[in-house]
Amino acid sequence: MSTWIPESASNLAASVDNITLFVTIVSVFFFVLISAVLVGFSIKYRRKSEDQETAYITHNSVIETIWTIIPTILLMVIFAWGWIAFKELRNPPAEAIEVNVVAKQWLWEFEYFTGKKSLNELFVQQNKPVRLIMRSDDVIHSFFVPQFRVKQDILPGSYQQLWFTPTKVGTFDLLCAEYCGSGHSQMLAKVNVLSPEAFARWEKGDELEDGASLAAISVSPAERGKELHSQRGCLACHSVDGKEVIGPTFKNLYGKTESLADGSSVLVDENYLRESIYEPQAKMVAGYPPTMPSFKGILSEDEVTALIEYIKTLK
Amino acid sequence: MANGVMTQTEHIPYLAQKGLKSWILTTDHKRIGILYLVTISFFFMIAGLTALGMRYELMTPELDFFRTATEYNVAFTLHGSLMVFFFIVPGIAASFGNFLIPLMIGARDVAFPRINLLSFWIYLIGTAILLSALAQPADTGWTFYTPYSIQTGTKVIMITLGVFVLGFSSILTGMNFIVTIHKLRAPGMTWSRLPLFIWASYATAILQLLATPVVGITLLLLIAERAFDIGFFDPAKGGDPILFQNFFWFYSHPAVYIMVIPAFGIISEIIPVFARKPIFGYKAIAYSSFAIAIISFFVWLHHMFVSGISETAAAIFSFLTMLVAIPTAIKVFNWTATLYKGSIDFHSSMLYALSFIVLFTVGGLTGVYLGALAVDVHLHDTYFIVAHMHYVMIGGTVMGFFGALHFWYQKWFGKVFNELIAKISWFLIFVGFNVTFFPQFFMGFQGMPRRYATYPEEYISYHVLSTYGSWILGLGILIMTVNLLIPLWKEGRPESSNPYGSLSLEWQVPSPPPHENFDEIPTVTDWTYAYGKK
Repeated sequence: MSTWIPESASNLAASVDNITLFVTIVSVFFFVLISAVLVGFSIKYRRKSEDQETAYITHNSVIETIWTIIPTILLMVIFAWGWIAFKELRNPPAEAIEVNVVAKQWLWEFEYFTGKKSLNELFVQQNKPVRLIMRSDDVIHSFFVPQFRVKQDILPGSYQQLWFTPTKVGTFDLLCAEYCGSGHSQMLAKVNVLSPEAFARWEKGDELEDGASLAAISVSPAERGKELHSQRGCLACHSVDGKEVIGPTFKNLYGKTESLADGSSVLVDENYLRESIYEPQAKMVAGYPPTMPSFKGILSEDEVTALIEYIKTLK
Repeated sequence: MANGVMTQTEHIPYLAQKGLKSWILTTDHKRIGILYLVTISFFFMIAGLTALGMRYELMTPELDFFRTATEYNVAFTLHGSLMVFFFIVPGIAASFGNFLIPLMIGARDVAFPRINLLSFWIYLIGTAILLSALAQPADTGWTFYTPYSIQTGTKVIMITLGVFVLGFSSILTGMNFIVTIHKLRAPGMTWSRLPLFIWASYATAILQLLATPVVGITLLLLIAERAFDIGFFDPAKGGDPILFQNFFWFYSHPAVYIMVIPAFGIISEIIPVFARKPIFGYKAIAYSSFAIAIISFFVWLHHMFVSGISETAAAIFSFLTMLVAIPTAIKVFNWTATLYKGSIDFHSSMLYALSFIVLFTVGGLTGVYLGALAVDVHLHDTYFIVAHMHYVMIGGTVMGFFGALHFWYQKWFGKVFNELIAKISWFLIFVGFNVTFFPQFFMGFQGMPRRYATYPEEYISYHVLSTYGSWILGLGILIMTVNLLIPLWKEGRPESSNPYGSLSLEWQVPSPPPHENFDEIPTVTDWTYAYGKK
């Protein structure tokens, strides 16, 4: 199965996959049947001579009744099965841990009941049901993790919920599945499923896994900045190769003099970059929409420093 | 099958008159059919080229062919809205419907020839509005979902206004066909003798008449919302973004059947002729078109299973969706059974009809995955949907359309195309189509979302294969087009006015037919499918 269906990593995946398998067996059977009959008739009854005998058959009530009833029964089975599994998908258990999710163009914010926050990275514990309470700040987005077989549109002006119990430790792609504008295909995040021990450490504040924290020390700030740039959603709006996406490109940005929306100009230095990350609307470069959210409380001072170091390398 | 059908040697073909005025002021249904055929083919080509551009972009995960993601998003918006609203909805219904309905039922023209011309002019006004919007087109996708379509900085009003205007053309055409089929059938052409294309056109016309006003209202509300900030769909102003989806799909699901039912009709005409057999289960095919038309009004919520609708609503609509699959399956069985003990000739149009059965079966069966609630949750908004709808729209409607082009070509234009090249192009189209879209089912299972300008690395091999397929498909369509265009500039007429031995009325008149089709209205004495009757 794994070659055509992605890895299954949640409690809900198995029942979805079973229905999928059943529908596939039915589909393949009917497809092969129809194709074989079609090709068989085409060969057997191909026109060999102009005056070839043909039969005058207009209908056959018995056959027609049979081939109405059999698909009807199969379809009703598929309907009922799909509905039963859907009910499971829609009804979270009472003990599920709640996480608030905010989707906005083009990033994901997660807030945990401990007050912890994370950006473009959702942390959940293996074998513990999670209930996401989701809202959108702007247009419709959709929370989709293929390995979990879950998807839910996220609307502005109301809360939508989704739940799952992750069953495998690992990192999975979270994709936005509802078209939401130019950054849609960059609105990607990760779901980190941690073992109970690792999750407890993460909750206490040791952000990184053992290996990762060691690795973090050994890499330069600019390299860490590069990681952050793609992880934290900067990439959706700020390219690094000179392409204009939503916001100004980071290429050759450092040291440049930018004209601002209010007519004044500013030299892009460390302080300007830091201010623009924490208070994006303070000094807006002319010609760009004021859509960037503040990263205060999301990126630490260390991380901002790393990002600035990375921007400096982009010549 | 009929008495009084003319066998005249001297007649003036309807194409005899030349000059611009003879076209733009014509009320001849056959000429109006050609006007539609030319316009829809133009939009098919443009929309096809944008698709090739998109496929080329998707050869690599990064953005490289288009300069920005917005350009890619504009490309899929144009592709979808041109294909759906400007090609496939008016497509077979307006072009072949116009040409065939009066001829098949033994009438001189449609019931209201001048309203028929008005329909075409309204269609042209709609396309003119759309073309004026192309300078700065929208990036909303063809579905115009709110609130994105309210907030985007691209121009949404013109393109939706174009679609809004088109709707009137669709409504008038539907009305015209319903009246024509009721009032202008030749003596003896009873309902149980009607060609199935007429039944299909009738079912389609009802959908056009009843469903199109809803999309008109919806798009008007969207225009008002953008222009005057009213707040029907904007939650910040107390509106509901899901309301738009309900409105939109209330039209757009029946619209799927507006697109495909005429193709059912075409297949039901082509297969009996080349198998020399009566269509198997005439009544089942005729009634199933109606069953599909009626049920299709009550399945629209299956586009919204993950949008946050109630569990009860989801269950009801999943059930109704399964019901619509039954008449669809019946048709496929009937067409296949028609071949039994026949004498099958593989004319190019028959090849299209047979590939229709195979490809539409894939399209229909994959629809069952999407009707099953829990499975749809995983597949919704992935490439599985893209593949499914293309198997229905290209594998179904476009195969029917190409089949019709090859089948009625001699009759309509009075010319003959090269059959060998037609078969070669059919082969390229069949192979190219499958190489393009079959991998997309797997890609969708793996989770690749649709409408992504860039994508995670892991999906690359499927995308590359799909893009190669699009080149084969494009080449096939190019060769087919050239093959069908060349004879139009050459001298020469078909040797016979009924080369395939059809019993249907349109084949009993000369190719091309005279201006008012019949010298004398024929009297019909048997049904259209009396092939091999002793």
